Amino acid sequence: MAKSRVATVWLDGCSGCHMSIFDMDERLLDLADKIELVYSPLVDAKEYPENVDIVLVEGAVGDEEQRELAHKIRKRTKTFISLGDCAVTSNILAYRNTFRVADVINRVFVETAEGGTSQPSKDIPTLLPYAVPVHEIVGVDIYIPGCPPPADLIYYVLAELLEERQPEFKNRFG
Amino acid sequence: MAQHNIEVSPVTRIEGHAKITIHLDIDGQVKDARLHVTQLRGFEKLCEGRPFYELPFIMQRICGICPISHAIASSKACDQILSVKVPETGAKLRRLANLAQIIQSHALSVFYLSSPDLLLGMNMEPSKRNLHGVAEANPQLARDGIYLRKFGQQIIALISSTGKRVHPGWMVPGGVSTPLTGEALAQIKAMIPEAIMAIQRSLSWYKQSMEDYRDEIRTFANFPTLFMGIVGPDGELEFTDGLVRIIDSSGKIIADGIDPSSYMDYINESAESWTYMKFPAYKKKDYPDNILRVGPLARLNIIDKVNAPLASQEWAEFRELERGVIFSSFHYHYARLIEILFCVEKVQDLLNDPHILGARIRAKAEPNCSEGIGAAEAPRGTLIHHYKIDDNGLVTWANLTIATGFNNYAMNQGVLQVAKHYIKGPEIPEGALNRLEAVVRAFDPCLSCASHAIGQMPLEVRLVGPDGSILSEVRRD
Repeated sequence: MAKSRVATVWLDGCSGCHMSIFDMDERLLDLADKIELVYSPLVDAKEYPENVDIVLVEGAVGDEEQRELAHKIRKRTKTFISLGDCAVTSNILAYRNTFRVADVINRVFVETAEGGTSQPSKDIPTLLPYAVPVHEIVGVDIYIPGCPPPADLIYYVLAELLEERQPEFKNRFG
Repeated sequence: MAQHNIEVSPVTRIEGHAKITIHLDIDGQVKDARLHVTQLRGFEKLCEGRPFYELPFIMQRICGICPISHAIASSKACDQILSVKVPETGAKLRRLANLAQIIQSHALSVFYLSSPDLLLGMNMEPSKRNLHGVAEANPQLARDGIYLRKFGQQIIALISSTGKRVHPGWMVPGGVSTPLTGEALAQIKAMIPEAIMAIQRSLSWYKQSMEDYRDEIRTFANFPTLFMGIVGPDGELEFTDGLVRIIDSSGKIIADGIDPSSYMDYINESAESWTYMKFPAYKKKDYPDNILRVGPLARLNIIDKVNAPLASQEWAEFRELERGVIFSSFHYHYARLIEILFCVEKVQDLLNDPHILGARIRAKAEPNCSEGIGAAEAPRGTLIHHYKIDDNGLVTWANLTIATGFNNYAMNQGVLQVAKHYIKGPEIPEGALNRLEAVVRAFDPCLSCASHAIGQMPLEVRLVGPDGSILSEVRRD
């Protein structure tokens, strides 16, 4: 049987959802027979590849680079999963939406940098005015809420998709 | 010949979003190198206006890898706002959680992120350089790594009544919210013997393989800096409650017994336009003599002793690597393994402590102070949370000084050192690209924490002409 091509992506998140993926523990090794991890913070591919079967996307969309990446992922992927509350609702990231980006930058890089201040400019992506859930940018097929979602639930969704069944679940928020 | 720049983007197998650029001079020799952190979520601002007692819960969300460290530093800052002393059992449970988290975070760093380089070699083809490649080459090592991470995560899930491994809540201003149950204690105890065996096996594997990495040991951010960390009352290894010590590169103590609350007298942060990560440094010296390193290597350099029998022997052996202070950042990996062993031993001690099942776990009070500072040793080094509130208990200001940030200067210099050694002219060999990332990995940066937001680092080497035009690009796909 051909292995499914799976990717995991980390946008504006804390990596907690990726930790929950790792929290499958030994099941990670069992999954190795069924999936090929083609793009992830855990592997060394630098470019999001073509023809991905399943992607798990953690985090909200908070800057220009992430917005572009979200579009690229959507174009190149069959099943797009929003993983965790930041991707699903923008969660804690939305707290910054009541402030202007300039004020956020000012607090971090001017008010609390007594050794020397500098406004971020070249070489780093520009923040969007609001941190938004992924589905505001591109279409999403499956939502897995939770902060982070439990490892068992992520495993269940993956296992169902690998068997070509549509997962059905009610997640407790946690 | 025109000047070139090389860019590595994104850097992978680290905890965060970053890229590396290398600047070449007119002769094609490496002139400068920079590690750019490319994410910002703005926690120092977004907590403004929130009730202060939410902070331990909000700040956990800075990082899914070390949420407990943020919860500890945050709840300690809140303890100061309440002006209370945490009951003994509550303090010990916080300590237990912190030890568990160091174990799981170090296991993630060594086994999940760095062991592909250590076991398979820096020149291995990229598609093999991951945990599955490790599992094929050395199944026992992969299983031990998974077990150690699980051990730490399970402790967190068992002691926090929420049963969650990540963002468990549970740690609150004044202590913790629920006591430890006898059942949870028994379950943790049952896992300890296997954890000890797993870490001892991993340590002997690592020590045998060190011979293969002489070149990396020599060039991976191997230079004199200051070292900083929290130590216990007798100068012993300590992660949760202690005072800050700073030593210079000769090993001389230049500051000791510093209450973290006075951090602003010793530390200042600078910002650069090309990265979202700030540069904290020692305030009383000028650049570059003010550069600090923190984390496992720093801790094992600054302490006088280790109060745990097995880890103490390992530490003594580790210190024999050099005659004085150990400078090579490659040894962060080794230090991490020794700290895992120490933490497993300390977990065992705490579980045998008669107070650990006590019922007094939380001191309650209204805010009695408008400002609070809390610090702890996170897996990656010293972490400081500093808050101010108004009369209604709402946050008006926050400053977070993050472990990975302290290593920012050293990481940048390390990238430069590796670039100079492995890159000769505009041709970039694959092994050189991976070593640029591997030197960053040795520090185990948590960029989520450092920019109070971080993701993954792609690797892209860009050659930029003196006029800023991109002449060529090498990408690793």
